[in-house]
Amino acid sequence: MERFGASFLIAGIVTFLLGFFLQGVMPVLTLRKVPVATVEELVQTIPPEFSDLAEEYPVEFERAFGEVSLASLVEAIELGKENYIAEACWHCHSQFVRPVSKENIRFGPVSTPEEYQNLMQLPHLFGTRRVGPDLIRQAGKHSNDWHMAHFYEPRNIAPYSVMPAYPWFFDENKRPTKRALALVAYVQWLGSWAREVPGTIYNVDAMRGGDQ
Amino acid sequence: MTPTTIPASAGTRHLVNLALVRWHLTASAVCYAVSLLAGLAYAFQFNNLYPFAGIEFLSPGRVRMVHTNIAAYGFIANAFIAGLLFAIPRLTKRPILSDALGWVIFWAWQLVLTLTVIGVLAGFGQAIEWGETPVFVDPLVLVGLVLLVVNMTVPILQSTEQGLYVSLWYFLAAFAWTGLVYFMGNYLPQFWIPGTAGAAITGLFIHDLVGLFVTPIGWGLMYFFVPLLLRKPIWSHALSLIGFWGLAFFYPMQGVHHFLFSPIPMYAQYGAIVATIAVEIVVLTVIVNFFGTLHGRADAIRGNLAVRWFFTGIIFYAITCFQCAFQVTLTFQKIIHFTDWVVGHAHMVMYGVFGFWIMGMFIELWPRCIGRPWATPRLLTAHYWLTFVGIVIMVLDLTAAGLVQGFSWAGLSHWGESVVASMPFWWVRTVAGLIIIAGQGLFLYSMWATARRPATEPGMVRIGTPVEA
Ligand code: HEC
Repeated sequence: MERFGASFLIAGIVTFLLGFFLQGVMPVLTLRKVPVATVEELVQTIPPEFSDLAEEYPVEFERAFGEVSLASLVEAIELGKENYIAEACWHCHSQFVRPVSKENIRFGPVSTPEEYQNLMQLPHLFGTRRVGPDLIRQAGKHSNDWHMAHFYEPRNIAPYSVMPAYPWFFDENKRPTKRALALVAYVQWLGSWAREVPGTIYNVDAMRGGDQ
Repeated sequence: MTPTTIPASAGTRHLVNLALVRWHLTASAVCYAVSLLAGLAYAFQFNNLYPFAGIEFLSPGRVRMVHTNIAAYGFIANAFIAGLLFAIPRLTKRPILSDALGWVIFWAWQLVLTLTVIGVLAGFGQAIEWGETPVFVDPLVLVGLVLLVVNMTVPILQSTEQGLYVSLWYFLAAFAWTGLVYFMGNYLPQFWIPGTAGAAITGLFIHDLVGLFVTPIGWGLMYFFVPLLLRKPIWSHALSLIGFWGLAFFYPMQGVHHFLFSPIPMYAQYGAIVATIAVEIVVLTVIVNFFGTLHGRADAIRGNLAVRWFFTGIIFYAITCFQCAFQVTLTFQKIIHFTDWVVGHAHMVMYGVFGFWIMGMFIELWPRCIGRPWATPRLLTAHYWLTFVGIVIMVLDLTAAGLVQGFSWAGLSHWGESVVASMPFWWVRTVAGLIIIAGQGLFLYSMWATARRPATEPGMVRIGTPVEA
């Protein structure tokens, strides 16, 4: 064997493919029965927080996204996700709720695979570290204003926080730019499909031991 | 041992291109400094003392990506390429395919790293852990890897008459793996496979990058340098056989253990756990083989600094390996997943094991490349101790922090309590980082001071002599 160098190259390829099949392809096969929704197919209702955003920041919203509509919602959450990736928020926040460690009480319903079968999850943002809380059930936990103030300087809201401040999401008058609106729309959209009582807000937050 | 400068058959061409080795080592050292400083800055964020607060291009999240990616693709990869450029020609008695190609690869790789830093800081980081290199840099990485493989595989494949030494098996397999792994991780979950299945592939990528790139090349280099430093053969050929095939078989099937209790199908999670525990047994064979080889020459741990780095690395390896087998279980995962425990673990493996082995390589290779012995043996000893103390403090601290965080969350305390409780640990982490960085300052100074010494003939520095520790 040691005389045929190529055999090690081939062994490399074969073992890689075996592992890839077991750990990568098999989950794909298991999940293939759930069709992958496009973003337009996925986003069918406008969460109340998005309409609120247009009311609370009318000038900025109008300039950034125009009317409140499904199309502007899609544009906003896609841009929000882009910024979420650019700032690597996902290094400090996960996006799935586990069935252990009482996470269903802290965050909300345990995550299921179907929730992620859509193109908003390309690439997925599961995350591997939680410095801050999980965000996949974030919709409606806080108000839009809370998020704005929090992104501007987290320590104004939560003095103990180690989350970075993101002042560059705001203009010189401290008004939100398009990016801030998009990011808030995005975090308020996360989990809007899985509120425990559809349409209500602040329900899970109440169980988490008070306001932040 | 044959001196490094035996000419190849062609006469003028040296067996080992020491200039290439030297440049890769230099690039590795530069990246090392960049990565450490980025890590330090990010650590300060957790003390709410971030030095660049309010500067968009130095946003902490982006700087963290510089820390990890430059550590992996800059510090480790450059040092590995230097090690391969030295080891492969000596093991095969043939130079690499082309020196010109070697230089092309060198510059292409440094271009990749520069573009990565610029791209990530400008906000083009990719949301793939350990693959944050922007999407537009990925093709260049793949081209670089293919060229590298061609340049180094050809001499190995040409030289199989007497059978290949174990290091070369690892190198060959790693050459097959690295490009495949990189392509899989950076393309499939980015463009084609969304959601849960994409996460399974990302997990596989995180894992394979360690398991199929860093580990096999690291083991191969260890199996090359340790016998070289001790001037005796490895202890057991049979064990190295088991080690190789065990790694090749079990390592590629553990990716999902990075996402236990996630929505990924449970059978994949169980499979990953079993394979992980199996591979820990495989790693044991390497550890045993190391100690078997060291047996009778333990004095070298005191007398030869390079051996000491390798030895300390293997001790950390044994600890990690033991830790791994437990932390991969669902019982542990409930508490420690998402916490600093995992961050501590990652530092122990990537830095405590492979970083330490790379330091051992540096100690041996730098004087050979420069053609003069180390100018500053006492500083190097101090460097060793600072690094050792720093990493031990950091790992213990982060492990404890992880337990505190995990239990705080499971106890349903307010989230802020876990943050407040972590504060002292994050301070200790910063201090540990400062200790490590102080050590590396001495090291970089030593490299520079040695290079500035009056020259002797390159390649003539004898094995094992450079540093009396
Ligand atoms: C250094 C780690 C870190 C980074 C990076 C980070 N965060 Fe945070 N985040 C935290 C911490 C810690 C908290 C909890 C304390 C607080 O509320 O500020 C938090 C809280 C939050 C909350 C409130 C969650 C809740 O349920 O109360 C949101 C929303 C949030 N972060 C969004 C983001 C976004 C969006 C980004 C990227 C632009 C980001 N974070 C980047 C650490 C981080």
